Amino acid sequence: MNKFTKLRGVAAPLNMINIDTDKLIPKQFLKTIKRTGLGKHLFNEMRFNEDGSEKQDFVLNKSAYREASIIVAGDNFGCGSSREHAPWALLDFGIKCVISTSFADIFYNNCFKNGILPIVVNKQQLDQLMDDAENGANAVLDVDLEAQEIIRPSGEKVTFEIDEFRKHCLINGLDDIGLTMEKEENIDNFEKRRAAEQPWV
Amino acid sequence: MSYSETRTLFEKIWSRHEILTRDDGVSLLSIDRHLCHEGSFHAFDKLKMQNKTVRCPELTVAIADHYVSTSFPEKGNEVEALKVPIKKLEINSKDAGIRLYGVGSKEQGIVHVVGPEQGLTIPGITLVCGDSHTATHGAFGCLAFGIGASEVAHVLATQTLWQTKPKTMRININGSLSDGVVAKDIILHLISVIGANGASGHMIEYAGSTIRNLSMEGRMTICNMSIEAGGRAGMVEPDQKTFEYLKGRKHSPKLKDWDLAIKDWKTLATEPGAIFDKEVTVDAGEIAPSLTWGNSPEETLPVTGYIPSPEDEADISKRETLEGTLEYMGLTPGQKLTDIAIDRVFIGSCTNSRIEDLRSAARIAQGKKALVPAIIVPGSTLIKKQAEAEGLDKLFMDAGFEWRSTGCSMCVGMNGDITPPGERCASTSNRNFKGRQGPGSRTHLMSPAMAAAAAITGRVTDARDFS
Repeated sequence: MNKFTKLRGVAAPLNMINIDTDKLIPKQFLKTIKRTGLGKHLFNEMRFNEDGSEKQDFVLNKSAYREASIIVAGDNFGCGSSREHAPWALLDFGIKCVISTSFADIFYNNCFKNGILPIVVNKQQLDQLMDDAENGANAVLDVDLEAQEIIRPSGEKVTFEIDEFRKHCLINGLDDIGLTMEKEENIDNFEKRRAAEQPWV
Repeated sequence: MSYSETRTLFEKIWSRHEILTRDDGVSLLSIDRHLCHEGSFHAFDKLKMQNKTVRCPELTVAIADHYVSTSFPEKGNEVEALKVPIKKLEINSKDAGIRLYGVGSKEQGIVHVVGPEQGLTIPGITLVCGDSHTATHGAFGCLAFGIGASEVAHVLATQTLWQTKPKTMRININGSLSDGVVAKDIILHLISVIGANGASGHMIEYAGSTIRNLSMEGRMTICNMSIEAGGRAGMVEPDQKTFEYLKGRKHSPKLKDWDLAIKDWKTLATEPGAIFDKEVTVDAGEIAPSLTWGNSPEETLPVTGYIPSPEDEADISKRETLEGTLEYMGLTPGQKLTDIAIDRVFIGSCTNSRIEDLRSAARIAQGKKALVPAIIVPGSTLIKKQAEAEGLDKLFMDAGFEWRSTGCSMCVGMNGDITPPGERCASTSNRNFKGRQGPGSRTHLMSPAMAAAAAITGRVTDARDFS
């Protein structure tokens, strides 16, 4: 997994609530056996016309946002299906950070497994960041995970909360299967005790 | 809190699965059951890349559902590309020594229907699956939740998951339901009340006399859509109905183990005085037969309602979202819901494909003729057989409905069953997102009876008019 420490990038505004994972990556693209290459299908229905041409008014098709690495979006981002193709598609497109007032739980977890930082801010902060993002290529935000800060184009700082362990794993690019297996003895002992106490499970 | 005298069902299950808790409060949870469908191949690939094996194949069951064709089940799917994930599931489960209920097996069906049906889902356990509708299993008083592909790999390798303890929310529903109101109406109404993220970060327990009086099928329908309110899991305390449902099922505990299990399961219920982080109370009498009109399950109204107007929405981002929704759905503000013409009907999915659902749709369809294409997709091969034994297949076919084989079908739209662009589908599934049932598709979620009624009239219809 790639490390996430600092990110400086263009933020694209997606001022919509309930952006679900079907919107992020429709199911017709899930059968791919690879995780890479999904970026070209990100936001497929919103981004492309039926003939495959680009919809001019969709934010990521505008020249100022083609290289965006941050998305600023409305409430309940990533709701719906548990498909991990959603963060894979974001990452493949180049999005490494999503800022919203709230995320759906499974999507939120999936981001951390793939080196994407989801940041929760309050409504007032979101409105400010959305305004910043509306300024196109001038809307460069700096995200500093170590300091837990977003630095706005004005230089003003927005601080955010994040779980310490998740932060540690993102900064070091750690995969948790390896970390968990360090606890194998605890797992073995637990399984033996459960088997004795609840033999029907 | 977790060791206080008065604990919730959730806290009891959580604490008995905690292997250890880190300083930051995150727990390593032991997982009792892991259900895998075709989408699991990414996780198996990850394991292979890391040179790891499946830790507990005996606690893992593989079931083909997402990609299986309901028209050509014997081939898996008629489309070569869609056969690939099905084949991969077969190979991966065989290599790992995992039990497979694959194409052609008499146990095959939708993973969330098969789990309970085979007695894999029992009270007090932790159950996970790489599918957000895993909450369905909570109807049996277990902790069941959906996970992503990386977490599927983690469970395969370690039979554990790192989890932050969610907050708890109790939804109390008391009183008698009005005539014609069923479990689907309850959960659609609830989501419209608390919102599509109303239970975000919470574990829901559904309680109250209305829930107690529901069948296991009804409880599963409600728990199934917990995720549509943002809740990771939903559960109902196990009772006599739960035990009777499970007794004698293929994987249910047997003989001495059954007696031990029952004794334990009776201790699981939330104790009086236990405290939840949030409580919501709903009067069952207020719930009407309902359906969704928009692109989020929270956009639900009673069938007697009218399409809302963006002008009435003060918040700009919500107003813009609403305008986009009405444009996508081809609806106009103030339009009467029962004036909406329907192009096709889908009765199936892990939400509503069980025998009770099929019977309820059959009562509406009996002796009538469908005006629009309508498909009935039973939740499992066993349900299909049972329905056929009851003559429901013939009844539906006489009424012009198509009788299909089991699978996720048009709920997920990745197996050949889709709603064509611009068409409007009355669907008993769980998601009405843009493009969910196929690019450009328009979905209205509703109960099996309402969907059957829509097939007969070709428009949104109050199923009570048929009684």
